[in-house]
Amino acid sequence: MSSRDNILTAIKGIPLEPKVLPEIPDFGVQGELTETFIQSILGNKGEVLSKVEFESWLPKAKFSKVISLSSHFPEASTLALPEDPHELEDLGLAILDGQFGVAENGAIWLEDSNLGLRALPFITEHLVIVLDRRNLVETMHQGYNRIADAVSGFGVFIAGPSKTADIEQSLVIGAHGAKSLRVVLI
Amino acid sequence: MSHPENAAEFLKDHAKSKWHDETLWFVRDKRDRISKTIPEWEELRELASQIKDNVLANLGSYLEDFERNAQKNGIQVHWAKDGEEHNQIVLDILQKQNCTAIVKSKSILTEECHLNPFLEKHGIDVVDTDLGERIVQLLHQPPSHIVLPAIHLKKGEISALFHEKLLTEKGNEDPAYLTQAARLHLREKFLRAKVALTGVNFGVAETGEFVVCTNEGNADMGVHLADVHIASMGIEKIIPRRKDLGVFLRLLARSATGQPVTNYNSHFRSPSPGKELHIILVDNGRAAQLAREKFKNSLKCIRCGACMNTCPIYRRSGGFSYDSTVPGPIGSILSPGLDMKKHSTLPFASTLCGSCSDVCPVKINIHEQLFEWRQEITKTHGEMGKGLSMKLANGIFKSPLAYKISGNLMRAALKALPESLIYHPINAWGKGRNLPETPKESFRQWYQKNRS
Repeated sequence: MSSRDNILTAIKGIPLEPKVLPEIPDFGVQGELTETFIQSILGNKGEVLSKVEFESWLPKAKFSKVISLSSHFPEASTLALPEDPHELEDLGLAILDGQFGVAENGAIWLEDSNLGLRALPFITEHLVIVLDRRNLVETMHQGYNRIADAVSGFGVFIAGPSKTADIEQSLVIGAHGAKSLRVVLI
Repeated sequence: MSHPENAAEFLKDHAKSKWHDETLWFVRDKRDRISKTIPEWEELRELASQIKDNVLANLGSYLEDFERNAQKNGIQVHWAKDGEEHNQIVLDILQKQNCTAIVKSKSILTEECHLNPFLEKHGIDVVDTDLGERIVQLLHQPPSHIVLPAIHLKKGEISALFHEKLLTEKGNEDPAYLTQAARLHLREKFLRAKVALTGVNFGVAETGEFVVCTNEGNADMGVHLADVHIASMGIEKIIPRRKDLGVFLRLLARSATGQPVTNYNSHFRSPSPGKELHIILVDNGRAAQLAREKFKNSLKCIRCGACMNTCPIYRRSGGFSYDSTVPGPIGSILSPGLDMKKHSTLPFASTLCGSCSDVCPVKINIHEQLFEWRQEITKTHGEMGKGLSMKLANGIFKSPLAYKISGNLMRAALKALPESLIYHPINAWGKGRNLPETPKESFRQWYQKNRS
């Protein structure tokens, strides 16, 4: 017998009392949605900018290599998306559209269709996610209701920049992934 | 070595063990504070517990659903009865790719399977990429905590290690500087890797997708640059529905480190075009644990580490004292199921205060299971010393005269015994404890004098 069959036969031979799968209530959050979301992003060590603030920040930041897949800022790109993600090694900035944001924790949902290449939001030195403030939901429960049956090979909730506290519990921003996250709320 | 012997070793460095204790308590405190901002926190724990109960009651059929859906999505599904088979599957995939290097993100399961030494023996260069795991790997140590792998180390030690291995400045202990050095060192590994391995936090039966949570982004850096992604998953990591992730992701990071969610929560459903995605479903003693009615609930664990951070014994004895892949209270109820003889002292490394059960996000009755394991171990191994003293006590309590005499003797003896005998290294009970002052007379003597 294969290991698969061995394992499944062993499990199915165990007398187990039936247990009901509970329904999940629609828990919400108290407080104003946008403000709660902004506080969550700040708590995760990200920043929140308005469209105007972002437009004034971008030229001053002087990135030489920028890829924008955002429908709001298509002209910001300085190079085209390569086929091989290894060519993104020295990418300074990626600008992506997020599908929706979760107010309770700042998590923003992106799928293959938003990412171009799956490595993009991780390998870039700095990350900007553009989010329509009408696409904010309260908690992760509403978040998964919103994803519902959508099919994407890869999807990710990004809630902040790459961080670690593995050295004496001192928080350091910029471990392996993006060293900063700016969320542009429009 | 037993847990008490290992703990004594850890406690030799008083300043460091005090720091360890206080730091983990600080993490526990962060967990408390954030949990109190969620009014439905206790309801979430109850839901998570019920969902996991349902998973365990239907594990076989959920695994079949998961396999079918994952295969439909283009994932290659493998099954491993034990660590050895798991390791061989990983090696076969590497050899098929003609690949002699692998980057790994945090996976406690691969520690449990002893994957690294196996691959190294076969000439594979294994690189752990979580910062804490890379640090302990360079020191040839296992992680001492499942969420904070290098919590037993001080920055001075890490600075010295990085000076030697990564050529950082001698004496520079700045965590930001050391992290940047690790970033550069590991980025080079990521860019070269053809095969990347991750653990799995949750596998969804309904969709065949699986979720990996990190703060560093190392799992994603590895797998999205590599051609082949291998995910190692314990069979108990299954959850029924996608929407169940809402419950678990709300609980996991808050319980683990007191943060609202991990910064990267990646959902893998099918490979990128032209790439391979493998998942290895590993039993390694889990089906046997499921068959143990009293202990099967230990399989509900989502590996948040909250029970370690709160445990008065773990905080004061360090992860290595458990000599088990998963240390702390949860490790002390999981490991005896794998090797009761080796881990026989672990269920005794507890005050049975119940704090572990109180913070567990899936409501495992950890302290009750510790107590149950003590009984199993005592039954199996017997306990000569305790058996003898109980027999002696039995005789004393049976005879009123023997009781009276022994009481007088004890009061005299405790006063007369030299401290060196009571607080002798052989008497483990005397460590860190002071005897109460003995009364001059027994209750019986006092009663005769004052009331008769």
